[in-house]
Amino acid sequence: MADSSGAAVNMPRILVFSTINISDPGIDLAGSQHLEYPASVQTMPVPCSSGLKPSWLIHALESGFDGVFIASDGEECAYLNDCAERTSAIIARAQAMMTERGIPASRLKMAAVCSVCSESFANYMREFAASLEKMRADSSAA
Amino acid sequence: MSEAPVFACSDGTQNDMIDDIKAKHLDGLVVASCSPKLHQVTFRNVAKRADMNQYAYTQVNVREQDSWAHPHDHMGATEKAIGLVRAGVAKSRLSDPLEALVVQTEPRTLIIGGGIAGLRAAIGLADVGIEVVLVEREDELGGWVATLGATFPHDVSGKEEIAGLVAQIKTRRDITVYTRAELTGKSGSFGNYDVQITLHRTDGDKLFEVRVGSIIVATGFDSYQPDDGEFGFGIDGVVTLPDFKKLVDSSTGALSYNGRKVRSIAYIYCVGSRQEAGGNEYCSKFCCTATIHASLQVGKLDPSIRQFHLYRDIRAYGSYELLYNDSRDGGSTYMKYAGDDAPSVAKMPSGGLAVTVTDLLTDRRELTLPVDLVVLVTGMVPRESKSLVDVLKLPLGTDGFFNEIHPKLRPVETVVDGVLIAGCCQSPRTVGESVAAGLAAVAQSAALLKKGFAELDPLVARIDPDKCTGSGECLTSCPYECITTIEWDGRKVAMVDPATCKGCGGCVPACGQDAIDLLGYTDAQMRSAIEELIGTVEPVKEPVA
Repeated sequence: MADSSGAAVNMPRILVFSTINISDPGIDLAGSQHLEYPASVQTMPVPCSSGLKPSWLIHALESGFDGVFIASDGEECAYLNDCAERTSAIIARAQAMMTERGIPASRLKMAAVCSVCSESFANYMREFAASLEKMRADSSAA
Repeated sequence: MSEAPVFACSDGTQNDMIDDIKAKHLDGLVVASCSPKLHQVTFRNVAKRADMNQYAYTQVNVREQDSWAHPHDHMGATEKAIGLVRAGVAKSRLSDPLEALVVQTEPRTLIIGGGIAGLRAAIGLADVGIEVVLVEREDELGGWVATLGATFPHDVSGKEEIAGLVAQIKTRRDITVYTRAELTGKSGSFGNYDVQITLHRTDGDKLFEVRVGSIIVATGFDSYQPDDGEFGFGIDGVVTLPDFKKLVDSSTGALSYNGRKVRSIAYIYCVGSRQEAGGNEYCSKFCCTATIHASLQVGKLDPSIRQFHLYRDIRAYGSYELLYNDSRDGGSTYMKYAGDDAPSVAKMPSGGLAVTVTDLLTDRRELTLPVDLVVLVTGMVPRESKSLVDVLKLPLGTDGFFNEIHPKLRPVETVVDGVLIAGCCQSPRTVGESVAAGLAAVAQSAALLKKGFAELDPLVARIDPDKCTGSGECLTSCPYECITTIEWDGRKVAMVDPATCKGCGGCVPACGQDAIDLLGYTDAQMRSAIEELIGTVEPVKEPVA
């Protein structure tokens, strides 16, 4: 993990869309437990991942985020029984738009994060940051 | 303007905020501190007290999601905080001046289900001055608990407990009970639901309507019924836990089954629970302790009966572990089996039963136990509730039980405003936990109804009629049927009912015309916040230590 020299400044920028009732408390818990992940991860809570517009995901990537991660409710969504299917469909639409724009689909990820999934979330962020960093390095080398 | 108080939530700082908002005529508030789960209500009230629109306030979480998560990256955490605050400012700047939806509330609650959670909730509501209409599908009140003798942990009789509650209810004029009755319709919205009750009578069904402010669903559970052959189910002498409990409760001297004296019992735990994907993957929580308690009852009836407990994990949590200790001290033998190597049950030629188990506690030895009775420790399964789901639009979890908003933070609330859940319709639990949930639903219901009015969050979907082409794409996206089609300016457009919209935003991406916005998360707010998050910030000279 980066020290106070600010090494995380050069880490890939990741935008996380969390859900207010389920995944955002899980992300809070990661902080409460001091489970460190890159400070280049920023979170925007929304009520439900089924309400995300694909165009917002594209906007984030085109605005400078290296990756977008949707921390969905999975099967636990209190609003919609088919939330996981809806969110997957949104991801699929967004990835199709990304392909049209020449953006690698792997820059967009989704996983269910529950309200106590703090360790999973921290791991997801470390792994996603590492894969984006590798992608960046491969791109520079090419 | 910006301030950096040490404790943003302290009374003094709140008052300073109010003074500043009023003095400088501020029209937006961003508080960058802890998680909104802790103080969103606090700061919304600050905005209200300062005569500012409370929905122009945005909470930015720079503690749990920033400083606490990045304690060794001061520069990174500081830059992250700057981005988060800028995004918060963007959201507040673009917020709509919204007003909470104020609805008058009927001081009456409908309770569906007359088990222990529903009965206790009815008495609790009447105690705080809220009228109750209770409907029970069966002929009698009491549910499962009314069938039980001594219950854990204190040997209180379930029958007597229910009889006591029913006697209390009979003396309460503000509780009306209908047995052989069901909820068959609902109209209206939060605070004023017109519910249709159907009474099933010998001379035909009778329907009537009553207006209620809230609804508590306490419909209970069903017991898992094993398939034929599952752990020997179907063989004479192989019984489920509920049947065994009835046998024990009805025994006064020696324990007998079908006229045969019982000298030995094998209990097989986790039957129908913690199954592989596709089955009941959950743990029913109550069954370990219920079985241990029943075996202690057996020990009191006849201490010479040999008892073998074949378990995967004993989950006698909290003080229930004392019962587990008592059981072992009383001579019960515990054997642990692996989830992928379940015991088998067979009929012996002599007429008795043979239970074969590979015991993990004795170096995986395969043991065959000759016993007179096998008890399959069955858990809970969700009760069939399709008609109720259709009427109330309540979401079910993947396990088939009703879904609360959050099991810890909002444990009896559902996404349907004013509809609460309590007891085992929500998830497997003990009698004590069911009563606690019933009382939690009482507190929640009283908080909603006692004032005579309630405020609903106005962060609901809104359709721009100028953009809407009336394609109808959004209509099917809402399972709560909040979107309808209306005539507007000579053409058909979609419209959202703000009183019934749940604010999930599920309809937003369904619109091909981008005509739907979720208030508080509008397209303009989301795009602007994204831009501010990523915005290049000036170098920070002195990172916050």
